[in-house]
Amino acid sequence: MFKRWHIAPLLAALTLLSMLFSACGGASSASTSTNGAQSCPATRTLNGAGSTFDGPLFSKLFTVYPGVKCGANVNYQLIGSGAGINDLLNQLVDFGATDAPMTDAQLAKSPNGPIIHIPVTLGAVAISYNLSGINGHLKLTGAVLADIFMGKVKTWNDPEIAGLNPGVTLPNQNITVVHRSDGSGTTGIFTHYLSAVSDDWKTKVGAATTVNWPLGVGAKGNPGVAAAIKATSGSIGYVELAYVVANNFPYALVQNAAGNYVAPSLDGAKADAANVSDIPADLRFYIVNAPGNDSYPISGFSWMIVYQNQSNPDKGRAIANMLWWVTHDGQSYASALTYVPLPGGIVTRDEAQIKSMKCGNTPCYTGK
Amino acid sequence: MSAAAHPFLPPRSAHMLRRRASNLLILALAVAAALFAVAILIYLLLYVIVRGLPFLNVSFFTELPAAFGSSGGGMGEAVQGTLILVGLASIMGIPLGLCTGIYLSEFGRGSFAGAVRFTVMVLTGIPTIIFGLFAWVLIVIPSHGFSGLSGGVALGIIMIPIVASTSEEVLRLVPKEIREASLALGATEARTILSVVLPAALNGIITGIVLAMARIAGETAPLLMTAFGSTFWNADITQPMDALPLRIFVFTNSPYPIQISQAYAGSLVLIALIFIASFAVRWATGGFRRRR
Amino acid sequence: MKTTPLMQSNIAAQARRVSALTRRGTRGKRRLGDIIFRNFTLLFVLITLALVVGVAWILVSYSLPTITAFGFSFLTNQAFDPVHNVFGVAPAIFGTLVTSCFAIIFAVPIGIGAAIFLVEFCPLALRSMLAFVMELLVAIPSVVIGLWGFLVLASWLNSSGEPWLQSHLGFLPFFRGQPHGLGLLAAGIVLVIMILPLIISVSREVMLTVPQSQREALLALGATRWEVIRHVVLPASRVGIMGGIILALGRALGETMAVTMVIGNQATKPSASLFDTGYTLSSVIANQFGEATQGLFLSALLEAGLLVFLITLATNVLARWLVARMGRMSIGGLNT
Repeated sequence: MFKRWHIAPLLAALTLLSMLFSACGGASSASTSTNGAQSCPATRTLNGAGSTFDGPLFSKLFTVYPGVKCGANVNYQLIGSGAGINDLLNQLVDFGATDAPMTDAQLAKSPNGPIIHIPVTLGAVAISYNLSGINGHLKLTGAVLADIFMGKVKTWNDPEIAGLNPGVTLPNQNITVVHRSDGSGTTGIFTHYLSAVSDDWKTKVGAATTVNWPLGVGAKGNPGVAAAIKATSGSIGYVELAYVVANNFPYALVQNAAGNYVAPSLDGAKADAANVSDIPADLRFYIVNAPGNDSYPISGFSWMIVYQNQSNPDKGRAIANMLWWVTHDGQSYASALTYVPLPGGIVTRDEAQIKSMKCGNTPCYTGK
Repeated sequence: MSAAAHPFLPPRSAHMLRRRASNLLILALAVAAALFAVAILIYLLLYVIVRGLPFLNVSFFTELPAAFGSSGGGMGEAVQGTLILVGLASIMGIPLGLCTGIYLSEFGRGSFAGAVRFTVMVLTGIPTIIFGLFAWVLIVIPSHGFSGLSGGVALGIIMIPIVASTSEEVLRLVPKEIREASLALGATEARTILSVVLPAALNGIITGIVLAMARIAGETAPLLMTAFGSTFWNADITQPMDALPLRIFVFTNSPYPIQISQAYAGSLVLIALIFIASFAVRWATGGFRRRR
Repeated sequence: MKTTPLMQSNIAAQARRVSALTRRGTRGKRRLGDIIFRNFTLLFVLITLALVVGVAWILVSYSLPTITAFGFSFLTNQAFDPVHNVFGVAPAIFGTLVTSCFAIIFAVPIGIGAAIFLVEFCPLALRSMLAFVMELLVAIPSVVIGLWGFLVLASWLNSSGEPWLQSHLGFLPFFRGQPHGLGLLAAGIVLVIMILPLIISVSREVMLTVPQSQREALLALGATRWEVIRHVVLPASRVGIMGGIILALGRALGETMAVTMVIGNQATKPSASLFDTGYTLSSVIANQFGEATQGLFLSALLEAGLLVFLITLATNVLARWLVARMGRMSIGGLNT
């Protein structure tokens, strides 16, 4: 029977429980402060949000970063590039991550001056599908992909697909298209590719982080698309390579600009990036469908975006340190997770961008 | 025919047979419906237990999420966040709800009380995502950051009508005679309410409060846009904070089997939390003796 | 407690003596304490009122841009296009209505049937336990039901459920079209699970208020149980059950998480097929709020929120009014 005097001990127990959890928390994140406070920023927590393309990579990096000298707890939430850009524009996060560079219109909305783009990784967008009884990888061209995603090709045994894959028995099954329901940089990369290879797509749908998809099922984030493909037999969708490899999903070989069928891979993405000629100074560019025999045409960089003028100097230094680490030491984790380590030329340009961050009157980054 | 009306003799006419048959049919349908409702619950519970229990261990509560696809790790910060957020919401929801309930049952007469009752009723029906929007527009955006505080506020508003209406109902049930006896002995109205009426209704009020807390522990939508989620221990309410429903939601959308299993484990913990709270409070306050 | 006249006069005398003792010199103090307490609770009540007004005001004021820009066409426009700044929630309204109606159509017979069992047929020993078990269903958070729906229900529907429906019931327009698994059917099923316990508990409470004497009278005349239900219980409870149904409808219309996780989040041209994907007003808000900065996009989302607010308000008011006509129902009893 509940008595009034039960209240006090109950409350005490609950408070104790919460304090216990807080104490746990305090212990694990304080490990970085032992390293003699010479010029480590006091800010130990950073908040970022955006791209799910980078999900596996960031998830690994940010479990390592708290243990690094002058590291921090970086709380990164995968909400999609579009939402990441918006959160940065609303000044709700310290940095955003996006695989689609901000448009001029979006940059114009900045409330706090210029926003700089820092490429942090390079990856491939794989075309994955869920079909039983297929050995090997299906071959697809950009034109056929556009037709599938526009609904012109409705079944797997359509002559357009069968023609590219002689010797493969394709089932007479409806194709379920899976795409993103949220604003996505991965969508940006994929739709830029489709616009490059199909004029029909370019006029009817276009290229952006959010488009008016003609048909299909919408899933949230790269993980959501991967999960939806896994759950839906006969489905096809576009997913970042790391998710495909980690879960052993089948992927298609896509025809590149040189006419070769290339698998989504580190080498394919690297070749695609290497064959892009003029990279603009502000580092906002797409690399889809680049020339080259080994290029995988649906590849893209992914950026972290931050304000150039940091209103909080201490936090700005912490952000700069994090950016530097991610673009240098952090790159050693990339290959194992199927991301391409940044090419040297890009790293140099990143350094210039990071050094241009201003904390008050001084640059934010004070290392070498 | 007279024999048809007698309940103790076996049916003698087609009419009686039809009546008996339709009675049996309805009984069968009703039993089927009840079984269906119970079966769904048992099935869902069992499914979550079977998928989640193998992955539920001590490290679930003490560790942070591991990197994608890696085994190990847990949802410790989500449990911490849920506890903190529910506590925060209660600080706001309990006083506001309880005082509204007291006002309605003790002082509530006339059109103003009617308006207040209407307001409480309005609050009950609003989908919780609207409160998330409210906190987002009013707190998150102006303060330039997601925070546990905004999540607590959104959850607190959800609590208010539940606490208010259960408190009012229970307070009304306190017999008039007790109040009158207290007033007759010279106690002021305030003293009567505080020392006589409230303690008499305390069981019901506590039940209502705990049920409200259990209810908001399972809310996801308002937290998406306020508390935001986190993968680190965080007791600072001005910073983003994690919660069990948030982490479950994120892990559900993951293609990695290990994270899916952890989502089930998290669901199990959440359901257990809610069930135990509801069950315990009703048992402790004798609530099971209420219904027929 | 039964009091004799002697006891009553003793109590009265006692009361007079005590109140005479305490009344002297405390009249002013008593009034002040009461006033403070009353105003203290009133303060909190006003804060609560302010919160509700604040929510409504935020919804309305932030929706004004799209209300003025699109007016009524917001409700009829098919395209929700942030890129071109054209917003319409017709598919969302369609999805909301279809899933909720589906849920009501299936949850109401099952719910009322289960309630009938609990009240009329159930052996006394099982009664409270079963009722408690059914109410536990309410305690399952919507994110868990969404989790199950996404991982289990949707893929089962895609591989077995919808093809079976198509081959056996495909002559109905509801079961044509391409199976996706995720879609309106999955969302409808999930909503059935969520509103079932509400209907059961409201129907049960309402049926319990029918006096036992009425049932016994009819039974004494030789009626079967079903006839008692049909002629006494249901007519008496009809209004209250209607209220419960409308309350459940309101709940279904506003449900967010579980629906968002299984509905497919892609609008198709409105057709009769339940296999289609779609979205609801709440799922639009949940999915898109992160994308919306200031401007028309944010305003469109808040107008969707305003619509949900108004719809659920209307159903709630209607339901409470109906139930209040039953007399003995209290507000608290509907709080599940």
